[in-house]
Amino acid sequence: MSTSVPVPAPATTAPDPSRALLEVRDLRVGFATDAGLVRAVDGVSFDVAAGATLGIVGESGCGKTVTALSIMRLLNQPNQVVRGKVRFRGRDVLGMAGAELRALRGGQVAMVFQDPMTSLNPVTRILAQLTEAMRAHGKRTELEARGRATALLRRMGIAAPERLVASYPHQLSGGMRQRVMLAMGFSNDPSLLIADEPTTALDVTVQAQILALLRELNASFGTAIVLISHNLGVIASLCARLLVMYAGEVVEEGPTAEVLADPRHPYTWALLNAAPTLDGAKARGQRLVTIEGTPPDLLRPPAGCRFQERCPFKIARCAEHPRLDPVGGGGGRMARCWVTQDGGALPRGNGGGAVVSTIGKAAAAPGGAGEGALLRVRQLRKVFPVGRRTMFGARPTMTALDDVDLDVHRGETVGLVGESGSGKSTLARLIVRLQQPTAGTIHFAEHDITHARNRDIRPLRRRMQMIFQDPHSSLNPRMRVGDTLAEPLRLHRLTEGPAATAARVAELLALVGLPASAASKHPHEFSGGQRQRIAIARALAVEPELIVADEPVSSLDVNVQGQIINLLGDLQRRLGLTYLFIAHDLAVVRHISDRVVILYRGQVMETGRAEDVFERPLHPYTRLLLASVPDPRRPLAAPPAATPEASARLDLSRGCPFRARCPLAQAICEAERPPLRRHDNGSSVACHFA
Amino acid sequence: MTAAAPVPAAPLDGWPAEGQPRAIAKRLLRRYGLALAGGAIVAAWLGVALLARHLAPYPSDAVDVVQRLAPPSRAHWLGTDALGRDVLSRVLVGSRVSLLAGFTVVLIGGLLGTLVGAVAGYAGGRIEELLMRVTDLVLCFPPIILAMAIAAALGIGVRNTIIAMLAVWWPKFARLGRSLVLVQRNQEYVEAARVVGLSPATILFRHIMPNALGPLVVLITLDMGNAIITFAGLSFLGLGVVPPTPEWGAMVAEGRELVEQWWVAAFPGVAILSVVMAFNFMGDGFRDWLDPRSRAQ
Amino acid sequence: MVLYLVRRVGSAVLMTALATVMVFLIANQVPGDPVLAQLGDLAASDPAFVAEFRALHHLDRPLPERYWIFLEGLVHGDLGMSIATQRPVLDDIVQYAPATVELATAAFVLSLAIGIPLGVLAAVRRDSWIDHVARALSLVGVSSPTFWLAFVVLAVFYGGLQIAPGPGRLDPSALAPPTVTGLFVIDSVVARDWETLGAALAHLVLPSLVLAAATLGLITRTTRAAVLDSLGQDYVRTARAKGLTEWAVVIRHALRNAWIPIVTLGGLAYANLLTGAVMTETVFSWPGLGRYTFRSAVAVDFPAILGITLLVAVVYVAINLIIDLSYALLDPRVLRS
Repeated sequence: MSTSVPVPAPATTAPDPSRALLEVRDLRVGFATDAGLVRAVDGVSFDVAAGATLGIVGESGCGKTVTALSIMRLLNQPNQVVRGKVRFRGRDVLGMAGAELRALRGGQVAMVFQDPMTSLNPVTRILAQLTEAMRAHGKRTELEARGRATALLRRMGIAAPERLVASYPHQLSGGMRQRVMLAMGFSNDPSLLIADEPTTALDVTVQAQILALLRELNASFGTAIVLISHNLGVIASLCARLLVMYAGEVVEEGPTAEVLADPRHPYTWALLNAAPTLDGAKARGQRLVTIEGTPPDLLRPPAGCRFQERCPFKIARCAEHPRLDPVGGGGGRMARCWVTQDGGALPRGNGGGAVVSTIGKAAAAPGGAGEGALLRVRQLRKVFPVGRRTMFGARPTMTALDDVDLDVHRGETVGLVGESGSGKSTLARLIVRLQQPTAGTIHFAEHDITHARNRDIRPLRRRMQMIFQDPHSSLNPRMRVGDTLAEPLRLHRLTEGPAATAARVAELLALVGLPASAASKHPHEFSGGQRQRIAIARALAVEPELIVADEPVSSLDVNVQGQIINLLGDLQRRLGLTYLFIAHDLAVVRHISDRVVILYRGQVMETGRAEDVFERPLHPYTRLLLASVPDPRRPLAAPPAATPEASARLDLSRGCPFRARCPLAQAICEAERPPLRRHDNGSSVACHFA
Repeated sequence: MTAAAPVPAAPLDGWPAEGQPRAIAKRLLRRYGLALAGGAIVAAWLGVALLARHLAPYPSDAVDVVQRLAPPSRAHWLGTDALGRDVLSRVLVGSRVSLLAGFTVVLIGGLLGTLVGAVAGYAGGRIEELLMRVTDLVLCFPPIILAMAIAAALGIGVRNTIIAMLAVWWPKFARLGRSLVLVQRNQEYVEAARVVGLSPATILFRHIMPNALGPLVVLITLDMGNAIITFAGLSFLGLGVVPPTPEWGAMVAEGRELVEQWWVAAFPGVAILSVVMAFNFMGDGFRDWLDPRSRAQ
Repeated sequence: MVLYLVRRVGSAVLMTALATVMVFLIANQVPGDPVLAQLGDLAASDPAFVAEFRALHHLDRPLPERYWIFLEGLVHGDLGMSIATQRPVLDDIVQYAPATVELATAAFVLSLAIGIPLGVLAAVRRDSWIDHVARALSLVGVSSPTFWLAFVVLAVFYGGLQIAPGPGRLDPSALAPPTVTGLFVIDSVVARDWETLGAALAHLVLPSLVLAAATLGLITRTTRAAVLDSLGQDYVRTARAKGLTEWAVVIRHALRNAWIPIVTLGGLAYANLLTGAVMTETVFSWPGLGRYTFRSAVAVDFPAILGITLLVAVVYVAINLIIDLSYALLDPRVLRS
């Protein structure tokens, strides 16, 4: 028997209106380590009113997650030091103990975490995990809790909750798990929900739906939401107010729309300008605005302004630590910066010659279709066996790529876009022959490498290299950087003798912007961005013609991402490289690519020139992708119409793979696979109706 | 990487005094004190094993029937056994055999086993299946039983016993080696090495193995204790050393019935206990050192 | 689920078959003539006697034929004749097995009953006094050679303090209860012989404690490590965020995920206890399989060695099977992925 969830009147039992729902005053959280005290959160204060939406944005390590965990007293590190005041409805949270704290957690304040796979107990059914949340607060019987669980799941957008509750977490997709987490969070009608990067691990289309759901829950239940993210677009699509954190401090605060239109702290300014945008406001070939350097070490933060060292606008006074003071504009805007204190604004990112340098468009124009293509892939297919070998019959299989054609011409950058399950990583690995295709052909510079043996491919390895996604695991932690770079030189006999090798290593490091002294260090001594530069240097060591880059900037902060993108662009111009650039971030792909290929579940949906595909998308999936990307310049824009999530049970061997989610789907889409058809402008689309 | 001029640090007001950095030496001592003590004990026993003949107050085989079964005294610190031999001397000399056996079995067995496991893990496919089946097969038997059977058939003596133990000791390293290699095999740096064009052997031995060393060293250290106990146990049963060579397990066997003259059997066992505990301390400390999570303390 | 079961059982049978071949080859390839070991110089010098002896134990046939004879016997439940005891090996095993089963099971139950709670407590109250005590106890248990510990315990509690009974399953003068299972504890309950029950339990205490020492240490450490690992996972943070009491978090979330490594290790520990009790049995004069194995090994008694090793292989394979099956119950990802 399912009971529908009643919509409570927002904030009926109005607490003292002069008090905010949540008050944080001078919160300080530090960790006592061997080397000293790490000041993760260094004096953070803010308020959250009932029913409000607040976003906290900052790069990794700025203290936003630690702040969120501290509000609910979930921080569980050894030797942590917590000072300051956190008040919820006027009661001191940091001093709470036992039953009162438990009543707060999950009852009045709920939290949703980043990775729903690890945040759910893998060996317990969903139903049990949901009812547990309700029973723990003692208000319902088991039967009531079960009914409410199903109703909550339906409210969170799950179509068949009765079946889902009997499943285990690993049987659900990422988006469904996050909806389950939200259902758990809302099960006791909390007044505040804290969401720590809730969509970072999800595909962009699913992210759009979850953000829309959060907006709707805030509107109908009146639950205040604190959303933490490193992505300004995500924050802008949900939160009315915004808090920017840097090196453990709040550096700017105010209404989201105003802050994003007119940032008053250089760090916010940098965040806004370092991220490429979807509408190509930065023309192709223009460098992204980035600032050098990394956040300060929280073990010994500098005495003056913590952003000073990297700030393009710094003045003499910045040696003195600025306070968080009001700046111009209504709505309670604050900024921690001497430069803007007197009401001055910061220059716009896109104009202003001093800050942005415009480099001409890419030197090499792409060649004609098919002739002299550096890389030619035809009808590529890859099938993986899944699960265990059974004694009866064949092993079940999964088709990662199905009938994929791809051309990459000399000197161009082809962007490959796809969400999880699209097969883009598989395609990358097939092209560099880390794996063998099941069917189809791969030609590199007129050589057929489809089934060539390792011995035959080795000479070609000089001409084709790869950059990987995770800078932490793509370098051997035990080898010095110099050795890692020297190895390909030695293997392919590119230098003679240790002196020449060392000289070349220094050259390579300089090429990617690192000092020669880096050669004697180990990877762990470098930051993520620096490690990615080393990985690029390694790929360049053999002087390749083609570089396959598999999500090279996805795990980097937006600033560092901009640096790497600029570097890749520079290298392409200097060395005449060809790129196959794989990513799921559409804005990045837009910025860097000449041509674009859109993959969905192993099949090509659309290809064409970047400006054509992004400005005049022809395939429904491309349109859905583009509409789902949150844009900081369009705060609180409406989401695309809700589409069901990708179903694992869809029969992909026939028909269009997108049919279950497509607003245009008809009977023919089930029966016949749409062929890839060329249009006049050079784009190709696989759709019956395009 | 940063500006040349040193920047003054922010003041610590608002933070409690207990958050200040503490003496590093004290921290490290608290965490690794036991491991260091273990290391010291092992080093001490190693020294004893090397210098045993000089340190021992009496020759280990000096029979003195008059003094038989004498309790601990100033003349004989640990008493004498049924043949009047000085227990202390025999314990000191006995360390040679025990430590030798332990090291040999674990190091050689570890090396062989890891090799088998590493190759299996990296090669995959049929080779892996075959090697792992063999490993599992040998693992079916508890070391004692098989070692007993082999040792009994080969005849007693240190060399034969070590061979018997080697035969059953390698599989657990094969298992560990394989699982460690499997973990590393999927790391991106291995894929990068393949894209550069390195050969499988180079990748396995120059890239993967150094990264897999940590847990292996931990197992080797912890396993030394096991090997020493097992060897002593086999000697206890009469299979290890040839009498009258002093050996801790055999000495316990000699004193087994002598409840009244407890020192004959007790002290050799204490020696075993001390060495094994020391190795365990070291192994635990090493494992903690490797584990990045425990470093956050 | 059924498919999983069939696969595991099939694999187990295959392993057992391979084990028999392997053992047979080893047992017959090692140097050492059982005849000489058994008969002594006098009898060995009489060729006729030796020939008869060989014929009786099939020692004069070629290797594959002996293996076939062995397999044939197996199917009929015949493991051959022990050269040393002149009885069917199966009879020997049946006679000695219950003592070992009783001892090993008692040790195992003790290890679990003490080790798991201790490990959980040590993990929850990390770095407290109870954690240090638990780790110290485990360490001593794991580091003590069993044969020595047995001696010390016997000397202290039996010889010195005189509060424990002597070696053996019962006092020399006492009568065993009528045999139902061979396990004195169960048999005396069945026969309602409370006095014997008391005596059997009293005799069981020391040897099972000694045998359990190492296993107890291992189980405590494994439980502690597994629970600590679980407590560091994200789902525990979620459980706390739901407002559960700390004990609910530990038992319902952390411990439930920690069972898998504990079961793996516990199962193997039980197998080790069953098959490796030789030291304890020797010191406590316990008439079990361990002592029998030792005597057979020294006497190079092929059929006995073969029979025992086969039994050991079966035990290990069976326990591995049970462990695998319990994975299917404990971890839903095994079946439903």
